[in-house]
Amino acid sequence: MSPTHEVDLTAEQADGLSGGLGLGVQRAMRIIMALARASGARRLIPVTRAHVDGVLYQGQASLDFVDWLTSADARVAVPTTLNVAALDLLHPGVFRGDEAAAAAGRRLVDGYLQLGCLPTMTCAPYQTEDRPGPGEDVAWAESNAIVFVNSVLGARTARYGDFSDVAGAIAGCVPYAGLHRPEARLAGLIVELDPSAFSSLTDESDFGALGLVVGELAAGRVPAILGLPPDTSEDALKALGAGAASSGSVAMFHAVGITPEAPDLAAAVGSDREPAHIHVDAAMLRRALLGLATAPDGPIDAVSLGTPHYSVREFGRLRAVLGDTPGSVQVEFWVSTSRGVLAEIAALGWLEDIAAAGVTVLTDTCTYVSQILRNPGGITMTNSAKWAFYAPSNLHARVVYGSLRDCVASAKAGTVVRTGA
Amino acid sequence: MSPRLAATTLVPGRAAGPVLALSEPLSLWGGVDPASGRIVETRHPDYGRSIAGYILAMPAVRGSSSSSSVLAELLRGGVGPLGIVLGEPDEILVVGAVVARELYGVDCPVLLLGPDDYARAASYASLTIDAEGSVTEA
Repeated sequence: MSPTHEVDLTAEQADGLSGGLGLGVQRAMRIIMALARASGARRLIPVTRAHVDGVLYQGQASLDFVDWLTSADARVAVPTTLNVAALDLLHPGVFRGDEAAAAAGRRLVDGYLQLGCLPTMTCAPYQTEDRPGPGEDVAWAESNAIVFVNSVLGARTARYGDFSDVAGAIAGCVPYAGLHRPEARLAGLIVELDPSAFSSLTDESDFGALGLVVGELAAGRVPAILGLPPDTSEDALKALGAGAASSGSVAMFHAVGITPEAPDLAAAVGSDREPAHIHVDAAMLRRALLGLATAPDGPIDAVSLGTPHYSVREFGRLRAVLGDTPGSVQVEFWVSTSRGVLAEIAALGWLEDIAAAGVTVLTDTCTYVSQILRNPGGITMTNSAKWAFYAPSNLHARVVYGSLRDCVASAKAGTVVRTGA
Repeated sequence: MSPRLAATTLVPGRAAGPVLALSEPLSLWGGVDPASGRIVETRHPDYGRSIAGYILAMPAVRGSSSSSSVLAELLRGGVGPLGIVLGEPDEILVVGAVVARELYGVDCPVLLLGPDDYARAASYASLTIDAEGSVTEA
């Protein structure tokens, strides 16, 4: 095989690597250069923003790494948002872990803030007015955020993760590789929804299940999805992307006629290419939905929504469904979201209504990466394909899957209710 | 005598030790206990085995980008792999190995082999990785 290739650096990048821009930039550049070697990039390109997932505590190495950067006086060079932390910083009382775990989680956030990152603490940094636009190169981590920014916003990111995300933010540049390259963004697979599948997409939970199917079919290719309703919402695309990223590490999809790089199929596929064409029918979606359940329909211990973080619009729908479903909530009911969205729903007066109905809003973290649930190994109902996919291994949770309306009705009955909507 | 297999060096370093060839891709995050190095993903065919002290041969890598942190944490605790031989390039493990060397001075070379050489390396009971990035049966 070929020996390690050379990476052409600009004068400024070379200066950064040799220490001329300070130890912090030099340390970040060493990681970026390792990444460039591994990805086969020949040059580095500037990024305008970054989103950092390394702020979720994974062990002492998480802290040692941020200390290594802060001790070198490193600072992020571009606006940098933070992903979820190990605990809810606004409501620390809801954390059920020990004090040492809480302290470590908090200290890690402090380290990233010292680097100049913004305390957004959300896995959905795209649910804000100020967000990347088409063609913008960014360094984003967090699988659902990566697939959303590439697919729905048309900005460009490769798959960054712990350490490489903040290295890109400090260096201000990343290898020209992966989905930064326009040719890598073309569809390598066409997934066409049959009319039966189209008509069964009635709730965001259905889009999550479709995402799981698409992820399994993708096998490393960028899928172009044909036949989605033209008015498919961003919340539905969020659920679809999160599902596809969970089951198949999908970092980009096209929704033909909906997403910015796919005004039509030809634009998504590119010229002179004939990708494989697969049909998805209602039976495949049904199998995916059923496959998410690890517990039978029956009594439940909790309901968890908001993975990825709930949007303002989703809270509006939850509030309405809580209002028109008879009875009161009988089980633990959590919704995970960002502190930004929390402030918006508080200003709208919705937070009070939702809290009065028996729902607790969790910020800055998520029920499946933090110690929040009273009985994590119990039976939890969710409308999130991502939660259902990961919680059995993260929490040893047992999962029941359903629509928003099913989740609310079940929370009020204390047992699974299928509303048919 | 077995041949020297020419690899692409993704992270340089030396290692020698027994080979643990995974029959299926593994996500370190969620798949390996960072405190012990044991494979905890119940669906994985190598469930229950430890990766500590082995040269890990992985045909392909999958899963979470938080695996960089898990690799660094494993190497910090002395329960990580001695080195990693890959059949497909992977940036997540490269970053984890580079950071572990920066933070803890631990060597964990990561090499990429072509399909035939990968199959050969994965079949060896033990391997030596030298500073030039060559792989030989030990």
